[in-house]
Amino acid sequence: MKRIIPKHHLAIRWFHWINFPMLTIMIWSGLLIYWAHDVYHINIGKATVFKFFPKGLYTSLGIPHHLAEGMAYHFLFMWAFILNGLLYVLYTLVSGEWRHLWPERTSFREAWQVVLYDLHLRKEQPSFDKYNAAQRIAYTAIIFMGMGSVITGFAIYKPVQLNWLCALCGGYEAARLEHFILVIGYCLFFLVHIFQVIKTGWNNFRGMVAGFEVVNEPDQLTTTTNDTHEQNA
Amino acid sequence: MSKTPKKKEPLTIEQKITRRTLLSLGTLIALDVIGIGIWKVLRKESYKDGVQKTLRKGLDVNERIFSTTFSEGRKAKEYSIAEAAKNVRVNGHVGLDKQNEDWTLQVMRTQGEPLSITLDQLKALPKTEVIFDFKCIEGWSQVSHWGGVRFSDFVKAFDLTAGSAMNYVGLQTPDKQYYVGIDMPSAMQEQTILAYEVNGAPLPPEHGYPLRLIIPVKYGIKHLKRIGTIFFSNDKPADYWAERGYDYFSGL
Repeated sequence: MKRIIPKHHLAIRWFHWINFPMLTIMIWSGLLIYWAHDVYHINIGKATVFKFFPKGLYTSLGIPHHLAEGMAYHFLFMWAFILNGLLYVLYTLVSGEWRHLWPERTSFREAWQVVLYDLHLRKEQPSFDKYNAAQRIAYTAIIFMGMGSVITGFAIYKPVQLNWLCALCGGYEAARLEHFILVIGYCLFFLVHIFQVIKTGWNNFRGMVAGFEVVNEPDQLTTTTNDTHEQNA
Repeated sequence: MSKTPKKKEPLTIEQKITRRTLLSLGTLIALDVIGIGIWKVLRKESYKDGVQKTLRKGLDVNERIFSTTFSEGRKAKEYSIAEAAKNVRVNGHVGLDKQNEDWTLQVMRTQGEPLSITLDQLKALPKTEVIFDFKCIEGWSQVSHWGGVRFSDFVKAFDLTAGSAMNYVGLQTPDKQYYVGIDMPSAMQEQTILAYEVNGAPLPPEHGYPLRLIIPVKYGIKHLKRIGTIFFSNDKPADYWAERGYDYFSGL
């Protein structure tokens, strides 16, 4: 017997699907800005092993010589990005959804077990309710990263009027680097997230679109979480 | 005898799943199409001052927010002389081509003839030094050391308070090739100077000899080199980079 189990509330789904294009626009317009002074690179010893970013990436995305446009986009869409993020956080707090998302005391230990399971280095899937330990940490961390982007962003945007914020970030140059590192973080998050969503499959993905999951239940109701729920992503 | 209307069969669980999935997926796809449509319109919009109209509006809204919340009391961080760069970065030559020796500063007064002010007259006024992190709109910054006349002192000394009561001050190079507009609160902030020295020496030509604007509450694009004319206005004066897609306010 199939059953429909509510998963993600409509509000959460809206926040999620609005955030995706907003963050994309912020990263793209940020790249238009970064290009004008693209100083970051990874060095091992004295040798540069990677430069942010290679010329090929710039030209393939049409990045060069759009600083003014990049700033105009960035400082318009930032308001939408901030508002959406703010509403999401408020919603999770007011609805109590935060209880599913906030890491528990055991989450940090369990997250390793989740990673080991995902890498097929552990057979049994660690137990979880709505989100597993790794998800709790990831989905909470991403919110703090978002806050970090807003804080470092304003520190760069208004380093005189908000000089206290700029000082809090360790100065103007430091704030710019932190702002940049957070973007790299989003890109890594995105890669893992997409991989996990594909791996976990349709039922889970539908949860973020239609809001429910379908569960196969034996006629005699014996509820276990792990056997019936697909793993979330 | 009329037939009783056919009773609707209750939906099976499979039908419910399909319906709800298609409805939600359809909504998401429809919203995506709308979103992409809006994006395409935005990208292809006609330009106002070098950037799409809607984006220009966005910049203007931000300008309103940050000019009304502007506080003169919040100062750009200052540094010691030892921290100042010895080689001060040069990043633009517009308006610096012609070097005429008989330079005087032209100041348009609200009433009466324009003032013609020599460098010696400016040097006779109290000198203010500012060592701050000069920030270019491109993203780089450099601590540099400037000396000159505080703009607010200059206004008082030449009795220009009728001018400084207006909304904006405009500055132009002698050849009028480069020009900026500055909101008065930023111009009157105590770190804004008409600079004639860098690192304690007269400005070299590439830094705008004999006189340039140093305004730490703005990006470098507003720090006009080789000031020829200063005027006051209630309307926004023309601004070189604001005509080329940049934010008019450009406040930090």
